[in-house]
Amino acid sequence: MAIIEVKALTKVFGNDPKRALSLLDKGWTKERIAKETKLTVGVNRVSFAIEPGEIFVIMGLSGSGKSTLVRLLNRLIEPTSGQVLINGRDIVRLSSEELRQVRRSTISMIFQKFALFPHRSVLENVEYGLEIQGVSKAERREKAKQTLELVGLAGLENSSPDELSGGMQQRVGLARGLANDPDILLMDEAFSALDPLIRKDMQDELLELQATMKKTIIFITHDLDEALRIGDRIALMKDGAVVQIGTPEEILTHPANAYVERFVEDVDLSKVLTASNVMIRAETITLDRGPRVALQLMSDRGISNLYVVDKARKLLGVVTAEDSAAAIKSGQGLADIIVRETPTVAPDVLLGELFDVVSSAKIPVAVLDKDRLVGIIIRGSVLAALSGTSSAKAGEA
Amino acid sequence: MDIPKIPIATWIEALESWMDTNAGPLFDGIKLVIGSTVNGLADGFNFVPPLLLILIFTAISYLIGKYKIAIFTLLGLLLVLNLGYWEHTMETLALVLTASFIAIVLGVPTGILCARNNGVQKIVTPILDFMQTMPAFVYLLPTLAFFSLGVVPGVIASVIFAIPPTIRLTNLGIRQVPKDLVEAADAFGSTPMQKLIKLQLPIAVPTIMAGVNQTIMLSLSMVVIASMIGAQGVGADVYRAVTQTKTGIGFEAGLAVVVLAIILDRLTQSLVKTKKKG
Repeated sequence: MAIIEVKALTKVFGNDPKRALSLLDKGWTKERIAKETKLTVGVNRVSFAIEPGEIFVIMGLSGSGKSTLVRLLNRLIEPTSGQVLINGRDIVRLSSEELRQVRRSTISMIFQKFALFPHRSVLENVEYGLEIQGVSKAERREKAKQTLELVGLAGLENSSPDELSGGMQQRVGLARGLANDPDILLMDEAFSALDPLIRKDMQDELLELQATMKKTIIFITHDLDEALRIGDRIALMKDGAVVQIGTPEEILTHPANAYVERFVEDVDLSKVLTASNVMIRAETITLDRGPRVALQLMSDRGISNLYVVDKARKLLGVVTAEDSAAAIKSGQGLADIIVRETPTVAPDVLLGELFDVVSSAKIPVAVLDKDRLVGIIIRGSVLAALSGTSSAKAGEA
Repeated sequence: MDIPKIPIATWIEALESWMDTNAGPLFDGIKLVIGSTVNGLADGFNFVPPLLLILIFTAISYLIGKYKIAIFTLLGLLLVLNLGYWEHTMETLALVLTASFIAIVLGVPTGILCARNNGVQKIVTPILDFMQTMPAFVYLLPTLAFFSLGVVPGVIASVIFAIPPTIRLTNLGIRQVPKDLVEAADAFGSTPMQKLIKLQLPIAVPTIMAGVNQTIMLSLSMVVIASMIGAQGVGADVYRAVTQTKTGIGFEAGLAVVVLAIILDRLTQSLVKTKKKG
């Protein structure tokens, strides 16, 4: 069952916002409503469901309503209409006391500008959520220390937040969010204020933590690369409405409309596509064949190398046309001429990191999934992928 | 056409006499509490040998502030003692401390209410403007009627005159707490009280203390005016010198006020600084 289910969630800012609801149903646009009623539609009838353990990215340009949307989920902003079901319970209808309980136990939030309390030490920041629940000092200190260790900040308990770098401050923010062990983390542009290298580290670390924590994460970002990198699914927003929801692959390869297409066309594919997206089928041979068969296969296919595998497609090495021809003359077998040192990469290596390997290799690079040969990468397919041809087409080339 | 004059004066006087007859016991109670506080403090200050008290004040200055303030406290108070205004200065100090204390006790919660509720702020702000711009002498008359001559109407008038900065700056300090910090406190499920105690007040402290500092300074500026209705102290010395056109004595007594003002100002300011660091 979905842990969060959002149904027709709408937020309109202004006096008497309910007026706008029927207008939205009539199909009025955000601009028309703003012009004729002075009301601002922040979030427009958004619906989605998120499964436990999922990283759900809400992406959009500034002003698209994504930050408003995430605040509707824990009611930092009161929705105008619609439902937010968390574990089947409608958050929108809760009393302020019940809402407080949900915020304390189920949903944590991590902020763009960290929002650390400047008058409290790192440790006191992390224990804040537990402190206000009345957890005893010894217990919450212990828990806060553990959480700080988890995010790699052990030993900095007594520092003041403003002594730390941006990346470290956001680790404190992350620890504060994790300390009361919530099921759901709302991350509002959590890494957007960090410089690119630190941001990437934090993304990696989040994914690493997520592998063990299995929280449900709702991650807001305006950065498509970030969304593609960490999202299990992405919801793309425009003018307060969700334009498309899908996996990163779906968004890239099947944009729902021209807006999404434009949004994704500038994406830096070298940071999105992986070896498995650009590899082509490898021509293989097993060791029990002779050099004549190898040479024949190569001339049939018009290639100059063959990858030698065993029955389980485990890569053993490569044979070249030149060596095969020589072997035929001297009567050697494939085992005598096999070159065992071949360049290899894993299927999930990003294109950006492939350049070096592919350009320095004399033969196509083998893509190995745990020793098993799954494909090869030739220079042409890398370039084709980067030049904007979609991954599918590059694969066919 | 002759528009009749609006009888504001008559109304105010009617209100005054109504309050005098109906709230008499309340005023008597207030008078007793404030009067005995000021007198108790003054008697206490004057019970201790002046040199010992000067040393105590110097030590306090050193603990709160820096050695510079301590040196000024020592020299300044010795000067006051030398000039012969010690006893009266201590009476003035008692009056100022009592008035400031009342202003803070009433002002900070009022400021908090203003910060949390726009409606309250809309009502309170014009009242504060009124309190600060109405000539302070005017407060003396009704307080005189309610509390009769003495130190108590002086304290009350000082409180009215000096309370606005504490209210305004408490309000401002809390409203200036960055929005994302307030959001964070809310997002973790703080109650409004927890949010106030654990986040808003600690962050607002420097601003609130700036208001407290202003309040103390303003109540000091009231001591001469308060002496016109019978408050004792160094203010009365200044007032007497003015009425008798004795420039030299007026200057000496005024100097005692200045010494007191500088010590109180520097101490409250360094209180903020140490709070900030801690």
